[in-house]
Amino acid sequence: MASVFEYAPAPESRAIADIAPSYGLFIDGEFVEAADGKVFKTVSPSTEEVLSEVARAGSEDVDRAVKAARRAFEKWSALPGAERAKYLFRIARIIQERSRELAVLETLDNGKPIKETRDADLPLVAAHFFYYAGWADKLDHAGFGANPRPLGVAGQVIPWNFPLLMLAWKIAPALATGNTVVLKPAETTPLSALFFADICRQAGLPKGVVNILPGYGDAGAALVSHPDVNKVAFTGSTAVGKEIARTVAGTRKKVTLELGGKGANIVFDDAPIDQAVEGIVNGIFFNQGQVCCAGSRLLVQESIQEELLDSLKRRLSTLRLGDPLDKNTDIGAINSEEQLTRITSLVEQGEAEGAERWSPACELPESGYWFAPTLFTNVTQAHTVARDEIFGPVLSVLTFRTPDEAVAKANNTPYGLSAGIWTEKGSRILAVAGKLRAGVVWSNTFNKFDPTSPFGGYKESGFGREGGRHGLEAYLDV
Amino acid sequence: MSDRLNVLKTYKLYVGGKFPRSESGRVYEVTDSKGKWLANAPLSSRKDARDAVVAARKAFGAWSGATAYNRGQVLYRVAEMLEGRRDQFTREVADAEGLSKSKAAAVVDATIDRWVWYAGWTDKIAQVVGGGNPVAGPFFNLSSPEPTGVVAVLAPQESSFLGLVSVLAPVIATGNTAVVVASEKAPLPALSLAEVLATSDVPGGVVNVLSGRTAELATPLAAHQDVNAIDLAGADESLAKELEIAAADNLKRVLRPQPVDYAETPGIDRMTAFLETKTVWHPTGSLGASGSSY
Repeated sequence: MASVFEYAPAPESRAIADIAPSYGLFIDGEFVEAADGKVFKTVSPSTEEVLSEVARAGSEDVDRAVKAARRAFEKWSALPGAERAKYLFRIARIIQERSRELAVLETLDNGKPIKETRDADLPLVAAHFFYYAGWADKLDHAGFGANPRPLGVAGQVIPWNFPLLMLAWKIAPALATGNTVVLKPAETTPLSALFFADICRQAGLPKGVVNILPGYGDAGAALVSHPDVNKVAFTGSTAVGKEIARTVAGTRKKVTLELGGKGANIVFDDAPIDQAVEGIVNGIFFNQGQVCCAGSRLLVQESIQEELLDSLKRRLSTLRLGDPLDKNTDIGAINSEEQLTRITSLVEQGEAEGAERWSPACELPESGYWFAPTLFTNVTQAHTVARDEIFGPVLSVLTFRTPDEAVAKANNTPYGLSAGIWTEKGSRILAVAGKLRAGVVWSNTFNKFDPTSPFGGYKESGFGREGGRHGLEAYLDV
Repeated sequence: MSDRLNVLKTYKLYVGGKFPRSESGRVYEVTDSKGKWLANAPLSSRKDARDAVVAARKAFGAWSGATAYNRGQVLYRVAEMLEGRRDQFTREVADAEGLSKSKAAAVVDATIDRWVWYAGWTDKIAQVVGGGNPVAGPFFNLSSPEPTGVVAVLAPQESSFLGLVSVLAPVIATGNTAVVVASEKAPLPALSLAEVLATSDVPGGVVNVLSGRTAELATPLAAHQDVNAIDLAGADESLAKELEIAAADNLKRVLRPQPVDYAETPGIDRMTAFLETKTVWHPTGSLGASGSSY
């Protein structure tokens, strides 16, 4: 979009991320081909360029990886916590050293802006490993009784929206508590997990402790249902989460699920408008809205609706959409064609149901998967765009008159992951936060994460918490 | 002196603070361990189960919103009432489980003590499992436990009173509301407990007690979209699996059946199984007190 003050292009060099033409599965410390020789291509969503060809895990590979993890478990779990901690500290340090490379790689494979991979994802990834490294030799003090034991082999399936961060959330606590891991990254974003495999090798992590199996849903299903997996951890859609809950029914497998959301971001009439607008933008346009805890439902007090929407639209008009490797880019590419189709169809449904669609003047690049930041006004609670998780840069705006009405509307969803409150009044923050049925409530801020802080949902947003002391429980026999 | 004919009790369900008969109009015979008839217990239907869920949901807001101190007082009041009915429960437990009077009395004492133990937890659990998180940034954030919601509790089959209280008390101590399916074979202590709850200060609907066929009642409860969690203590292995599958439809929190010695002092697991953790963030504008100059 042309404006008076154009930014000069500020591209990050992609040369620092040396992507090989092909990658194998990482099993028992080695890169190997899939048993049936299958491969798939991973593309850059911003250009549709093929980045690499990656081995595609099947059930035989899952079995091989679980066996490797089982063999490794005996020694790994017997290792003194202080020694496990040192491996995790090493990994954390190597991530810091290689963070620029990993940020570029993640941006290429995922489509998210380099500003976010560099300033949000990578620092958090390192921080998670540091945080859980420190727990490894202090588990007796974690409040789960003396000498809590690991569960065994953890089967972990992660999504494409934060490929490396979700890997860190899963692997760091699993290793700290003495479990071994078989992790399946998403089919559209396998590369950073494979680079992580290399980090494990650099750190001298014993073979088989971490195994990485790029693949599709079938590999995930095989992993979840494998009889020798003791713990299942999944982040992704609620539909798949329910399927996993059915699969593990009647087994002794422990399961944690981090699923979808339809977070309410509530703005009261005394909120600082400029800060609230920044928070709303951050809440729904961060990572192109492909965030399970996104603030995708804006609840505005009726009296300030006009003022807030004017400000918000003005702000959206300044967002820069384009090359994710450009350091000035705010909005990158949608992760895949499939996801773009989903967003498009839900947005069309929103229009068909009578909600009013608005986007700033926004030119979309010709190749790649793109979706302009979008607002819906005139939305009612019955509208699909107010109920379904869109997982894209689409904000539905609803209004309310009283705090009680705001709470009732915010809670009117089967999800319960996140919520936001914007008001200058402390007692209102505490009163409303107390009534919201959500696992994370951000007051006068949004989308903040920290390894020390438990994260996870109520209701159909899943079971269990990741992060903090609470995050250890999922990997301990307690 | 003529022989006096004793007055038998019609056992009823406990739903929403009232004592209805089963909507189905059905009853089943409850016998003691030697097969002697004790009473006819209501044979609850799916409709009774759904009514109980409605009552439990209605009670949830006020109960979960009550202060932890208040909940502790209310639970302790239940223990006081139980103590006064010690002899009645001793008789019922002796009949139900085929125990001698003295053994049954010991079980009842342990049960009352168990109730007192949980009464004392209401205002402590948040300090044990919640707390402030040292965020690396200018934010204050706090994780606190909150009740999950409506919990369906399949009471243990063998331990008709101590087991029942051991699974029920932790659910309501933390602010959840409960729909309890009593032991199928030995429901009478549970139905009598309901009378105690009704005359304590426990608000109607916080605990709802159903008697009948565990499998028949558990199936609609596990599938119910307005039940948030289920304790499968009283389910056998194959029923438990089936219920766990049904529970996946709305991602209920499931506590799987496990061997439990109810005579042992429990840990906090039965409370934490039905708690969510809410993390609330707020900017501080600074990194906290560490920069203070005095």
